[in-house]
Amino acid sequence: MVDTTPEKVENVSPAEVPEADLYHAHSFWTKYVFCQDAKVIAIQYSGTAVVIGMVGLVLSWLMRLQLGFPETFSFISPDSYLQFVTMHGMIMVIYLLTALFLGGFGNYLIPLMVGARDMVFPYVNMLSYWVYLLAVLILVASFFVPGGPTGAGWTLYPPQAILSGTPGGSGLGIILMLVSLAFFIIGFTMGGLNYVVTILQARTRGMTLMRMPLTIWGIFTATVLALLAFPALFVSAIMMTLDSVLGTSFFMPAIVEFGEQLSYGGGSPILFQHLFWFFGHPEVYIVALPAFGIVSDLLSIHARRHIFGYRMMVWAIVAIGALSFVVWAHHMYVSGMNPWFGFFFATTTLIIAVPTAIKVYNWTLTLWRGDIHLTIPMLFAIAFIITFVNGGITGLFLGNVIVDVPLSDTMFVVAHFHMVMGIAPILVVFGAIYHWFPLMTGRMLNDAMGRFHFWVTFIGAYLIYFPMHYLGFVGVPRRYWSMEDTSFIPDSAADLNAFITVAALIVGFAQLVFIYNILVSVFKGKPSERNPWKATSLEWQTETVPPGHGNFSKELPVVYRWAYSFSVPGTVDDYVPQNVHPNDVKLVSPEGK
Amino acid sequence: MEFFREIRGKPWLESEDAINNAQLGGSIAMPPVRLALRIFVAVVGVVFSLSVVAYSDRMLLADWKPVPEPTIMWLNLIVLIASSVAMQWAVVGARRDRSSQLEAGLLIGGACSLAFLAGQLLVVRQLDALGYFAPTNPALSFLYMLTAMHAIHILGGLFVWARTVFRLWRGVEVEKVLMTTELCAFYWHFLLALWLVLFVWFVIT
Amino acid sequence: MWVAIIVALVAIGSLIFHLYTPWWSTEIASNWGGMDTTIDITFWITGVAYILILLFCAYCIYRWHSGSGNSSSESNHKAEYNPENKKLEVWLTAITALGVIGLLAPGLIVWDDYVTVPEDAVQVEVMGKQWEWGYRYPGADGKLGKSDATLINDDNPFGLHLDDPNGQDDIIVEDGYGMHLQLGQPVHLLLRSVDVLHNFYVPQFRAKMDMVPGMVTYYWLTPTRTGTFDVICVELCGTSHYSMRGGVEVVEKEAYQTWLSEQETFAEMRAALNKKSSETSRMAMNSQFKDKVTQR
Repeated sequence: MVDTTPEKVENVSPAEVPEADLYHAHSFWTKYVFCQDAKVIAIQYSGTAVVIGMVGLVLSWLMRLQLGFPETFSFISPDSYLQFVTMHGMIMVIYLLTALFLGGFGNYLIPLMVGARDMVFPYVNMLSYWVYLLAVLILVASFFVPGGPTGAGWTLYPPQAILSGTPGGSGLGIILMLVSLAFFIIGFTMGGLNYVVTILQARTRGMTLMRMPLTIWGIFTATVLALLAFPALFVSAIMMTLDSVLGTSFFMPAIVEFGEQLSYGGGSPILFQHLFWFFGHPEVYIVALPAFGIVSDLLSIHARRHIFGYRMMVWAIVAIGALSFVVWAHHMYVSGMNPWFGFFFATTTLIIAVPTAIKVYNWTLTLWRGDIHLTIPMLFAIAFIITFVNGGITGLFLGNVIVDVPLSDTMFVVAHFHMVMGIAPILVVFGAIYHWFPLMTGRMLNDAMGRFHFWVTFIGAYLIYFPMHYLGFVGVPRRYWSMEDTSFIPDSAADLNAFITVAALIVGFAQLVFIYNILVSVFKGKPSERNPWKATSLEWQTETVPPGHGNFSKELPVVYRWAYSFSVPGTVDDYVPQNVHPNDVKLVSPEGK
Repeated sequence: MEFFREIRGKPWLESEDAINNAQLGGSIAMPPVRLALRIFVAVVGVVFSLSVVAYSDRMLLADWKPVPEPTIMWLNLIVLIASSVAMQWAVVGARRDRSSQLEAGLLIGGACSLAFLAGQLLVVRQLDALGYFAPTNPALSFLYMLTAMHAIHILGGLFVWARTVFRLWRGVEVEKVLMTTELCAFYWHFLLALWLVLFVWFVIT
Repeated sequence: MWVAIIVALVAIGSLIFHLYTPWWSTEIASNWGGMDTTIDITFWITGVAYILILLFCAYCIYRWHSGSGNSSSESNHKAEYNPENKKLEVWLTAITALGVIGLLAPGLIVWDDYVTVPEDAVQVEVMGKQWEWGYRYPGADGKLGKSDATLINDDNPFGLHLDDPNGQDDIIVEDGYGMHLQLGQPVHLLLRSVDVLHNFYVPQFRAKMDMVPGMVTYYWLTPTRTGTFDVICVELCGTSHYSMRGGVEVVEKEAYQTWLSEQETFAEMRAALNKKSSETSRMAMNSQFKDKVTQR
């Protein structure tokens, strides 16, 4: 309950930032291109991520065409199929989702939500984007080198990643991939330092850690994870590059390739896998935690109710982040590592289910006795809960070491990780875009197109991935160009594959409606109110919408409450923004003071 | 810890409003740049510790052949320690507003770092001359890789160092470069500590 | 209203799909029924949780949504304000923890079995290379000879130490479809690769493990059903990963012994090789190698 007794509330003077003028850009170039404003950088990040993401989407169509209708498309050879698989995975995980959540939403929302003018190091922030763009360009370049991009799978397991039996393995493909990753990591570290320091040091007055929206908690924890996990990928990328270019034997044992002895010897392929997954598992949460945070806020705002169990939500985010560093080898149960590790990693993995389940309960309990507005962001948030629970549950199959044995490397795995870290976070991305688009542009997205986009995407994605699990039970392996005849796969599996392909194409084309909606609405959308969703957090309380350079007016906002003051008993409105002075809150019965 | 105390708060309770309203912003009493450097150092620390873990793991495999450390590596170590000491001396000078001490310290520190880099290059060339070709010997591969990674980090530090020296040379007041000098010194100590760990590791294996 | 119905339909539809799916595990042919049982247990526990959570969401949406939902301004009631309920959360945590233990305990028991090879298991080596399988049986002495990847050449495809007496009677089967196993006899599969990662998988056996060049991995199983089964590779190993196929035949004891006695030992194989003019054999091998290269 909000305390409104005037004498109890000291007037806190807002922070004065005399150099607010510094944030104003002066020329076209510094305003739109080499801009140091986090909001512009956010849009640059998001735009680049979406463009490269569309490439990833097209690659997935090509893969699905081959799987659904084998022997139909002569231009999809086994080599190019593996290249599609690899580039699709890498693009979606790293260059789209990581960049979009942290570089995109992180940049846009952190300064606004914590009440800062900008990131603490705007120049480094700008560099971060340009290094990211360079990484993307190097990645794209690998499509055009002789031999094409690498087809080693996004896990890039040696020895095959750098041998000639793998597409791109003996040419420039794999080298460009590794170099691109190294640049991505350097660029991300620049951005990541900014996000962490801004959240820790540049919050406005009254903004305690526990008054921050969960979006910020999710992005913050994910960034910390990324800063600590990406070094593992960095080290392994360097070592693999040396193995490939200089012929060292970090990961390469004695190898007989097509009857020929290679000059490698003594290295350990398993060592690479440990390093890779020490990065790779936290990476899952680097994508998931921002989605957790954002979806919490979407549910709360559109259900007009505080998030249920805020403290538990924060603890769960922190606990999941910490635990994510001690579960990596659950990706390696059948890798040939010491089998006794299985006991440890199965246990830690299933322990992670507990804080994750608590988050799910709290999301659903936020709906309980809420005032649920079924807006498009709310629909996406509900769809997130469904797909995330589904994907989380199949994670309990794969995390339980013995169940992983028959299911690993089958389509079950593919279905699982797409549901949990593909579909679920992407649904949050969509929900977040529908939610914050009015803030970024001052216009609403078209509602009818939005609903069409939602239903096709959600139902379609569910129809793609839910049945796909059952192909895994049958034993259909992943990364197979063609299944050919077997004694264990019924003919009906091919029909299911064709169905999945058709569904995938439909879902893919629904995204074009979304892109069209954005392009049209930027210019012709219905002008939005200042705070169309009646949200409490600071990003909606700026002087102008969209917020200008420097975010806030001369004075920074002062925060008096947490971000979840919805439907507080005794108040007239069903929300109280974080920066409204307690004396200014409209009460139902003023005489009660 | 402060952090764990803070996240036990119940922000919706009016009884906690007064405490929360008194929050002035930052969580850690430290200028942003210094915090950023600490975090960066932590990230670099993770990079190197993972490399050392990989090194030890690889060492257990059959084809591991130890490599002798050329004496010049000991000399390099002394030079690196000297550079760290000089940087610290520069900080002391800057704090007491003694510009000559600051300048001398910075110049000696930078020069020692450059000498260290040159020395490291010599080590690599000596090992090469002895016929230890890197690809055939994993110990040497690691030594080269870690030496190179460490050297790149020193070069990064020298970039900031050069900017500081240039600003001093242009006549900037001492107090304006105090922070940079402190950060440089901190980074130098970190790189020294890092090298000590790596060096001890090379010697005992 | 219909959003709630659709959410409920997703739950019920998934359940119905699960109950009537034509796509399910193939009939098992090994002792690893425990894996299937663990999967069933996992389905029960997680399935109940999934259905309950979805139906709960559907109910909340049905019961507490405002108006038609097209706009944020319509509200017909105010939400309840109740930021935390410790008792509820403790209960939920406890129930979840119980569920997790229910999943983990049976899983770990079967895993313990999986990694502990019984003493009476016979050893069989499986060798993977791009993109075919080979097998080695220990021969009459029951022991596999020592091997090393650096010794591999055209005349010694498994890289055996020529001077190891244990290896002389080893039986090498270079036909990827020629693996034979004896019904009811526990077998300890030693897995090797000479080039990249592979994974020896027979869906009916359920068991699986990567083959890693430079080391020997293993798993064990007891075939429980006679028949011929497909072998597929399930760790990405390059362009022709999808066509890296083989076959295993599970036969009764007598048939197994007969088959085994018909096979050539390593010593016999080498003797036969030496007899042939080295020139012709090399030419043949060379052309074989070239064929492989052009196939890629």
